[in-house]
Amino acid sequence: MITEHLPEHPDFLWRNPDPKKSYDAVIVGGGGHGLATAYFLAKNHGMTNIAVLEKGWLAGGNMARNTTIIRSNYLWDESAAIYEHSLKLWEILPEELEYDFLFSQRGVMNLAHTLGDVRESIRRVGANKLNGVDAEWLDPQQVKELCPILNISDNIRYPVMGATYQPRAGIAKHDHVAWAFARKCDEMGVDIIQNCEVTGFLKDGNKVVGVKTNRGTINTEKVGLCAAGHSSVLAEMAGFRLPIQSHPLQALVSELHEQVHPTVVMSNHVHVYVSQAHKGELVMGAGVDSYNGYGQRGSFHVIEEQMAAAVELFPIFARAHVLRTWGGIVDTTLDASPIVGLSPVENMYVNCGWGTGGFKGTPGAGLTFAHTIATGAPHPLNAPFSLERFETGALIDEHGAAAVAH
Amino acid sequence: MLLFSCPNCGPRDETEFHYGGQAHVPYPKDTDAMTDKEWAEFLFYRDNTRGDFAERWVHSTGCRQWFNMLRDTVSYEVKAVYPMGSTSPTPGGQSPAGQFPASTVQTQQKGAQS
Repeated sequence: MITEHLPEHPDFLWRNPDPKKSYDAVIVGGGGHGLATAYFLAKNHGMTNIAVLEKGWLAGGNMARNTTIIRSNYLWDESAAIYEHSLKLWEILPEELEYDFLFSQRGVMNLAHTLGDVRESIRRVGANKLNGVDAEWLDPQQVKELCPILNISDNIRYPVMGATYQPRAGIAKHDHVAWAFARKCDEMGVDIIQNCEVTGFLKDGNKVVGVKTNRGTINTEKVGLCAAGHSSVLAEMAGFRLPIQSHPLQALVSELHEQVHPTVVMSNHVHVYVSQAHKGELVMGAGVDSYNGYGQRGSFHVIEEQMAAAVELFPIFARAHVLRTWGGIVDTTLDASPIVGLSPVENMYVNCGWGTGGFKGTPGAGLTFAHTIATGAPHPLNAPFSLERFETGALIDEHGAAAVAH
Repeated sequence: MLLFSCPNCGPRDETEFHYGGQAHVPYPKDTDAMTDKEWAEFLFYRDNTRGDFAERWVHSTGCRQWFNMLRDTVSYEVKAVYPMGSTSPTPGGQSPAGQFPASTVQTQQKGAQS
């Protein structure tokens, strides 16, 4: 067959404007969080003379690298509040953004493999219910009924002793989420500027008044940092430190298979989380590599351990072939909770520290961070996630409690 | 998998080691006089360098000794390996992995932890 004409190029979803001399606010980082922040700044606060600066291409960082899991079954009240609000936004966003990004509420299971896991999980189910988060405890037989391909036999290294289940949790197409936000931002007049790397900040005393970039200097009243793994680098340019460490986090997909996996299964204990994309790839994520790294790649033994766990839990995966593996840079905090709020620099705001779980938080981060930037004060939902908590000791310790793996 | 040169055992797989984070963070001298901000700095704030980073590793399944390493956090190249208690070699030094330039290694005063 000879193809005579290539199909017409589809319309671009957003413009590619040159940066203006000045904006009312500049968001650094054109990933999910940056775009969601710009969207809510424009929609909720009427701030449309704003720009999103992206040093590479739109949503080419962690937004393109995560395993797309969305859930809100966190232990502590503060986390449950912001993640559940985020989940409620996920439920209305396809309509609001007029873009079907395949948000599929197929449920998420968090497996328990030890008696400790079981107790912790049942406690979390109780905490979730008190916070209005849908949660159930499943015994191994119920686990098997919901996900027949799971091996619940006693004869494996870490047998399945039960699972928590959040029916409203699920997955979405990450790229499409970014494009949906970008299109709406663009429609409202937000400038999305790609290939625009921030190289420094202009300050008047302790107040930020502009951003230096490889495409010229941009004056601005307010700056919001949404740079995930590179947040420390930007903070250093602005003259302050953040309590985060950047680590590689790896994931992989298999070749396409017919649909065999009806839900999402996560296991903290053996460090693997698995779903099946709409197209058919098995999507799996690992735990972080131990060392600090900005290389967007990690060590192979992490993938090997993750695959060993996956094959033991899902014996039918044994003959599946890996299509590709990749890594992103995740910004981890010591309490495994994000930092969303004010910074030591006046008119500069930080949204970072989402670690391995930022994708699910995209709408919630955007909504609360936009509020923080527009009003200069935190939204009630992000107030507990301030930088000051590391001084006051009011940490929100989600380590292990709501899953080490996100 | 990275390959690290343990100062005692020679080149070994990364899986034999455990990570200890940033090196050269001394324990505070006068803990009773410290402010909350200073405590926060000591407990929660570490450098998150993009580039040459001095860090601690322990050879858990070998000699079980701690040592320092200067590693590029972008390329993951090991620039230097040097003993605990030594000051960090000059960043960007061309010292090969597994060795350290003697001229840059000095013993810190007693009591200073690395």
